[in-house]
Parts: sequence; C-alpha cells; structure tokens
Amino acid sequence: MTTDSEKGLLDRSDTRVRHETGIADTLRAFAGRVRAGDLGSLPVVVGLVIICTVFTSLNPIFIAPNNLVNLLYDCSAVGMISLGIVCVLLLGEIDLSVGSMSGVASALLGVFWVNAGLPLPVVLAMALVAGAAVGAIYALLRVSFGMPSFVATLSGLLALLGFQLYLLGNSGSINLPYGSWMVNFGQLMVMPDWLSHLLALAPGVAILVLGMRRRANRARSRLHPGSGRGLLVKALAVTVGLELAVFYLNLGRGVPWMFGFFALLVMIMNYAITRTRWGRSVLAVGGNAEAARRAGINVKRVYFSCFMLCSTLAALGGILSASRLATSSQQAGTGDVNLNAIAAAVIGGTSLFGGRGSAWSAILGIIVIQSISNGLTLLNLSSSWRYMITGAVLAIAVIVDALARRSRTQHGRA
Amino acid sequence: MEQPIPALKLSGISKNFGAVSALTEIDLEVHPGEVVALVGDNGAGKSTLVKIMAGVHQPSSGDIAFEGQPVTLNGPSAALRLGIATVFQDLALCENLDVVANIFLGQELNPIALDETAMEVRAWTLLNELAARIPSVRDVVASLSGGQRQTVAIARSLLLDPKIIMLDEPTAALGVAQTAEVLNMIERVKARGIGVIMISHNMEDVRAVADRIVVLRLGRNNGVFLSTDSNEDLIGAITGASDNAVSRRAARRVEAPT
Repeated sequence: MTTDSEKGLLDRSDTRVRHETGIADTLRAFAGRVRAGDLGSLPVVVGLVIICTVFTSLNPIFIAPNNLVNLLYDCSAVGMISLGIVCVLLLGEIDLSVGSMSGVASALLGVFWVNAGLPLPVVLAMALVAGAAVGAIYALLRVSFGMPSFVATLSGLLALLGFQLYLLGNSGSINLPYGSWMVNFGQLMVMPDWLSHLLALAPGVAILVLGMRRRANRARSRLHPGSGRGLLVKALAVTVGLELAVFYLNLGRGVPWMFGFFALLVMIMNYAITRTRWGRSVLAVGGNAEAARRAGINVKRVYFSCFMLCSTLAALGGILSASRLATSSQQAGTGDVNLNAIAAAVIGGTSLFGGRGSAWSAILGIIVIQSISNGLTLLNLSSSWRYMITGAVLAIAVIVDALARRSRTQHGRA
Repeated sequence: MEQPIPALKLSGISKNFGAVSALTEIDLEVHPGEVVALVGDNGAGKSTLVKIMAGVHQPSSGDIAFEGQPVTLNGPSAALRLGIATVFQDLALCENLDVVANIFLGQELNPIALDETAMEVRAWTLLNELAARIPSVRDVVASLSGGQRQTVAIARSLLLDPKIIMLDEPTAALGVAQTAEVLNMIERVKARGIGVIMISHNMEDVRAVADRIVVLRLGRNNGVFLSTDSNEDLIGAITGASDNAVSRRAARRVEAPT
C-alpha cells in the first residue's frame, strides 16, 4: 500500500507492488520467500536445533559449556577450509584438493619450523604462499586449457598428498612443541571474559550504526528508508543471542581465540562478497560467466582470485589443525577433511550450482558437521558411523538445495 | 558543405572463421542521433558484425574509425570505454543478481565499499528516463518478464553515456505491447543524440524506427534503403531477388514446361 508519506519516493512509484512496512510485514515477506524456495540459512538453523536436542537427550554432556568450547576449537580449522570452498562454489567450481593442501601446509610447519628451526612467521608465510601458488595453478589450468576444476583439483589431491608424504619422509609425523605459542593457540588460548562480552556487542552495534546511516542516506536520496523498528529488532536479537552464547561459553573455559580468528575472517569474507566490486564479479561469473565477460569483467582474474583464496585458506586451515592436534602427520588432511569442508559450505546454504551463497554458510555448516561428529563420539560410536551419518546429512543438504532451486525456478526467483 | 563526422565508421571489414568468410568488405556508417537498422537473412553476418563492433571478435582485415579516429577494439571493455554499448540478444544478464547489480555490472560505484544507495538512485533514474516499468530494482532478474529484462539491458547500456548503442534483435520474443515499449525506448535513446544500430528480422519494427536500413547478404553489403522505399525492393535485397528459390523454380518451369 502506498501511503501519503511515500509519495514521490523513487522506489515507491509503481503502485502495483505491495511493499512491506512493519515487522509483521517483514515476517510475512520472509515466510513468502521461504515458501518460494529462497531458504537462506533456515534449514541449517532448524537442523542445528534438531541435532542439539537429539544429542543432548542422548547424552547431556553434549550441551555442557566445556564440550561446546571444544566443539568451537574443532570447528575453526575445517571451517577455515570451508570458507575457501565457499569462494570456489560461488563461481560454480570446486576444489577437491583442499584436504591435501591443508596436509601439505601442516607438513611444511613440522618440517621447517620444528625440524629445520626456521622462525615461525617465515614458515607460516611459506605455507600460505604455497597455497596461493597451488590455487594459481588450478586457475591457470581452468582458464588456459579449459580443464574442469573437478579434474584439475582431483589430480591436485593426489599430487599434494604425495608431496606431503615426501616432506614428512620416513619419520611419518612430527610433534609440535607443547608450550609453544602455536600449540597454545590451537588448544588453550581463550579470550578474557570481559573482552568476549565486549566483542559480542560489536556485531549488533555495527548492524545498528550502519543500518541507521543507510536509512539516512536513502531518505536523502528519495528512496524508501526501510523499517527502523525492524532494524532495531534485528540488532537486538543478534546482540542478545551472542551475549547469551558468550555467557554460556564463559561458564566453561571461554571463547577460543582460534574461533574468534575464524569468525573474523568469515566477517571479512562476507564483506568482500556482498559489499565490494570483487564480490559482485564473483557472483556474476558464478551466475553467468559470458554475461560477466561482456559486461567488461576480467573473468580470468576472478577465477585466479577465487582459486588462490581457496587454496590459501586451505593452507591456513591445515596450520590451525596442526596446532589443534600439536602434530603434523601423514594423516593430516586425509580422510573426511575434504568432504567435511565441502559439505559444510553446502549444508550452510551455498549452492553447488554457483552464484548463490554466503560466507556465513562456512561457519553454520561446520558447526552442524562438528556437532554431529562430536555428538556421535560422545555416544561412543566409531568413525564408521560418523562417516555414514555425515554422508547422509550431506545428501539431505544437497537434496534441499536442489528442491529449493526447483521451487525458486517455479516462483521466478532462480 | 562539409560532411559531418560519423560516430562510427567501418570500412572494408572482413572476417574469416577458418575457411568460411563470414564478412567480406563491409562498409557501415552511423551518425549521432541516427537509427540504422541492420537486416539480412540468417547467416548474412549481422551478429558477427555486431560482435566485431562490440569488441567480442576481431576483424581479419579492415578499419574501424570512432568519431573520425582509427581505433582497434581488442575486447568488450575497450569498446565500452570508447562509448560503444551493446545489448546482446542472449546471455546478457546475470539472473541471480538484482536489477541494480545487473545495471552496474563491472561499473560498480566505489569498488571497496559499494555505494548501493547511489547505484539504486541512478538505476531508478535511468529506468524512469526510459519510462520503464520495473516493480522493484531489488528483485533478481530471474523474476522479470522478457520485456522487463530487455529494458534492464537497455538501461545498462545507457549507464556509461555511450555514443553508440547496438541492439541485437531487441524485439525478438516480445509481445505486441512490449515490442511497442522497446521501440519507444529506441526513439528516446535516439532523441538523446545517441547513434543506434539495430538488428531485426521484423520489417515492421525496422520501418517504424530506422532512418536507414542497411542490408547484408551472405556477408556482403547489399544496398542501403530508406524506410520509405518499397517493401519489395527491401525483401528483394535481403533474399537476393534475382537469385532465390522462387525465381530459380520459375525459371526451371519456363525452360521445361510439362
């Protein structure tokens, strides 16, 4: 409905369109979007609630603060890899070698930091540069030879695994020294209570301040500013939610620095995807590469940036997981690491078909995956069960993605 | 009186794809504020010519002059920078992005902190100038109708204040009312002093808006017509009146009466 106050607004000139005004309207619009298949993070939130309820009823330790703190430590390493996967999935590509890449990074850490005694920052830089180089090779194969990333990274998986075994040689595994900063970061370091509460305030404040500035801007430009009350409710909900979570974690050991670091990178990535020209190009190439090229976007550069970012984040994830386990071994990055990272991104709501998804899916998806793994471990079920159940969850997530996509097409929202 | 300098002038453009010569010695001129229709049968080389002017393909030989200056168009962005905008028939929009994002694709304001408000205002202004009716510029393009998508594509081509706009079959796949809206839009673009090159198979649309009609046949220039010229001559030039299936059949019947 157009009211008198909305006369003359640029985006309210078409009277045929119904616009949402209050909170009730916002909720109604949300329900409409969900029905049309624009699910966003809804399935993952619902899934998380179900998982928590089931595991807590089977073993109350699951919900204990210290178990959740452990869960967050475990999330950070694979979540970091998953964040990189989001980048390539947005392009409609895939990187199957992230597990091996993380293994190579952890081997580099063991061989050059522990055994060769190089300074830690040098070795970290080396691992990250190695990641970027591997990503550049994949992008090169993709753009110069048209090699599908599926095949390029599959061969990369094998080659990198070989390189990891070569680096570690006969020793097989190298222990990182206990008491070193690297291991403390991965196992012990938590934020002080006051700092964690302060940081938990930040997102809400940011939502409020940026939202108010956006509203003022829009009003000045003769655009409808959007619901002010809706903004307030959103900021309040985020703040209350985060503060409660932090309070609960502080009943145990506290909020891990490693998870804080991961969350920070997710926020930076979210900003890059939604608010920069680079992010817009990535979404455009993922949606329609030819249209992006004709719009003057340097498509090759977009491929390079995404593949390099993905491998670099995989290397970073490998370092974090080495510090979490205090070892760099031949097993690092093998087994389910690869699939967990990819599954997390998909479960979190990033489409396998390209052009649709967000950085948040990495954090939400990995919490789901690690909750399942953690809960099953608490039930004394072996990894055989864990693999089967995680596989089923991934299948469900992809089915939800495909169904939602079909529904979006039917409702004209693809 | 001195001839005015054409906004875009092609002379002797040829394009070979392997052994096939898609275009041979094509000449074409477009002046500011002029609508030139490019017509021809399937395979006449219209789309190839448009792609050359858009920088998508490079010509095998020949010269391109933009406002009197010789230029090389070695990529879509080079053509865009000069002021040659193209509305392609297909593959023009990203369906997963909203209208504002599509209009500003590759030209976003403020690369490291997108100025969404300014972009939205500019998008509305462009669409209003075209008297276009889009329900919301924050809807994804997938939810728009064919005519609305064509509108978005034309609005996008106007973003950089181009000197030349090329439209590849702008009215194909559109209904009657939507076609009329697009033709109105072309007249509004022309009124702004922009040269328009329009490809179409629909002679009615061509006659409605074109100042000159350039005919291509089998990759060669085959005459220039005005919208007042007779339909027969025009169709004759397009199909090759003296040499087509109908005339050959007629000739055979004369030679060998049953």
